Amino acid sequence: MTTAAAGTGKKRHAALNQFGPGTQAGFHIVLGIFALLCIIPFVFVIIISFTSEDSIRQIGYSFAPLEWSTEAYTYTFKLGDQLWRSYLNSFLITIVGTSLAVAITVLYAYPLYRKDYRFRGFFNFLSFFTMIFGGGLVPTFVICKSVLGLSDNYAALIVPALFSPFSVIIMRTFFQTTVPGELIEAATIDGSGEYSTLIRIVLPIVTPGIATITLLYAIGFWNEWFLSLLYINKNMDIIPLQYLLMRMQRNADFLAKNSSMLGADASRAAMTLPSQSLKMALVVFIVLPIACAYPFFQRFVVAGLTVGSVKG
Amino acid sequence: MTGRSGIGSARRKKNFWLTTMMLPGAIWLLLIRYLPMLGITIAFKNYRAYKPNTFWNNIIKSEWVGLKNFEFLNSPDTAVMIRNTLGYNILWIILGMVISVAFAVMMSELSNRFAAKAYQTMMFFPYFLSWVVASYFVLAFLDPTSGMINALEKASGGTATNFYHDTKWWPYILTLCNLWKNIGYSTVLYLAAITGIDTTQYEAAAIDGANKWQQIRYVTLPNIRTMIIILLIMNVGKIFNADFGLFYNVPQNSGSLYPVTQVVDTYVYRAYANTHNLGMSSAAGFLQSAVGLICIAGTNAIVRKIDPESSLF
Repeated sequence: MTTAAAGTGKKRHAALNQFGPGTQAGFHIVLGIFALLCIIPFVFVIIISFTSEDSIRQIGYSFAPLEWSTEAYTYTFKLGDQLWRSYLNSFLITIVGTSLAVAITVLYAYPLYRKDYRFRGFFNFLSFFTMIFGGGLVPTFVICKSVLGLSDNYAALIVPALFSPFSVIIMRTFFQTTVPGELIEAATIDGSGEYSTLIRIVLPIVTPGIATITLLYAIGFWNEWFLSLLYINKNMDIIPLQYLLMRMQRNADFLAKNSSMLGADASRAAMTLPSQSLKMALVVFIVLPIACAYPFFQRFVVAGLTVGSVKG
Repeated sequence: MTGRSGIGSARRKKNFWLTTMMLPGAIWLLLIRYLPMLGITIAFKNYRAYKPNTFWNNIIKSEWVGLKNFEFLNSPDTAVMIRNTLGYNILWIILGMVISVAFAVMMSELSNRFAAKAYQTMMFFPYFLSWVVASYFVLAFLDPTSGMINALEKASGGTATNFYHDTKWWPYILTLCNLWKNIGYSTVLYLAAITGIDTTQYEAAAIDGANKWQQIRYVTLPNIRTMIIILLIMNVGKIFNADFGLFYNVPQNSGSLYPVTQVVDTYVYRAYANTHNLGMSSAAGFLQSAVGLICIAGTNAIVRKIDPESSLF
């Protein structure tokens, strides 16, 4: 299937042959309303995070609060270090996890692209089979925890997400569509070793593919909360912001309790907490990096997903 | 002779170095994906702790109990969770396909390309957010005390609804959430397929007197059929898998909503988290994987019969 190409021919056909203005207006209304619905919740949450606690008490969450306030944000600085530590953890896990995952994926996908590699079929199957069958949640959990020691440590939040067969397919397709086989042959004849061919010759050509899987992994790690739910029991020092937020849903003063403040301080903090706007401020903290980077990374992800969905 | 063995050793060397590249990924797959497949035996055993209390020793010493761990299938809870999983999935596969194909077609027919790009960008955004974040979005509207809907209700003199204890709303809320998060993704896929269609097909159709609706029917839809089928296979293969985050976080893990929010994935998790019943939760997970494998192989076989080009493997 040719997916990425023909964007230019489109205009010609549109100019030649298109729906009348009435129908087009109808399309604009349907698509426009849905598109707005997709971002309005985030705008609403930003508004709530800047709403004063009094206003929330009086009229609830509203697009037009009675009184604006930045107390939620100023509070985040007074609140001890749990919040900032979790935010830092989110960044740390994302950066370390993504770097490792991308390296492993590229190394796994490259030999799969090499038609002259002897065990290509075997390793291809090894990866593909896990897409259609698995041991299930509980055996995986028990083995990771009691056999591999993934429990209450950073490894538990990184290792189980280090490899995705889907990203391997995306990467392999990028190799297949952008790296001509003759290039590899020429490099081999010149006496280039396999690793140096990959690093010096192939990788510079497939940077768009690497960008794509980097973004997919980074978003995956950034949004990860399930691994914390499974593997973190006691060590709240290492949880990412997503999980902190999840815990706060059911336990509003979780943040104050788990900060480094002493008993009396902590309970005083919990009492005066602008808990509702504060929670929404944390949501803003999580979404903001994605929202800022989104306009730039969107096209890579689109390219990657459309390439990856073509059958491998 | 020497030349040939030279080639042979070069080939061996090449295969050796390429294999070293596979190792990190292969080791990960063996440890995190294949080792747990051995753990499936827990489903057929009465798993208990023995001395020394290590996982493998416990597995080996535990006695075989046949299908005893599968007795949960008889309970009424199981019927509910299977109904929920299948019901939501079937509904969402159909709705998702119809809506995203429609959106993609509409978007491709807009003459204002800038607007089309803007709609796509906005629609794709929720796909990149987690269900934890989405659950707060939902909370902003549905919160029992401060949520916008209840605030409006109270302002107009009505009484507040406690959404998190009232099952009747949740089939709609979950459906909306699922569409909100995933429509953008499938629309992008279909749109890419439509953009790839050779424009001369439309010109030929126009010359033959086909209007725009007929062109969609006879040019656009047949051209994206393969894409529709591929996504369908993938989704039908996952028909016994539910999006854990959606069913766990968005309803705030509220117990009174279980009749409409319990699905296989949450059931397995809760069975383990609440009762630590390893045997039963492994059995449920195993059934889920096995049925998933059968579904994906089955749909693929059917597709291969009808249209070999579109099959996945």
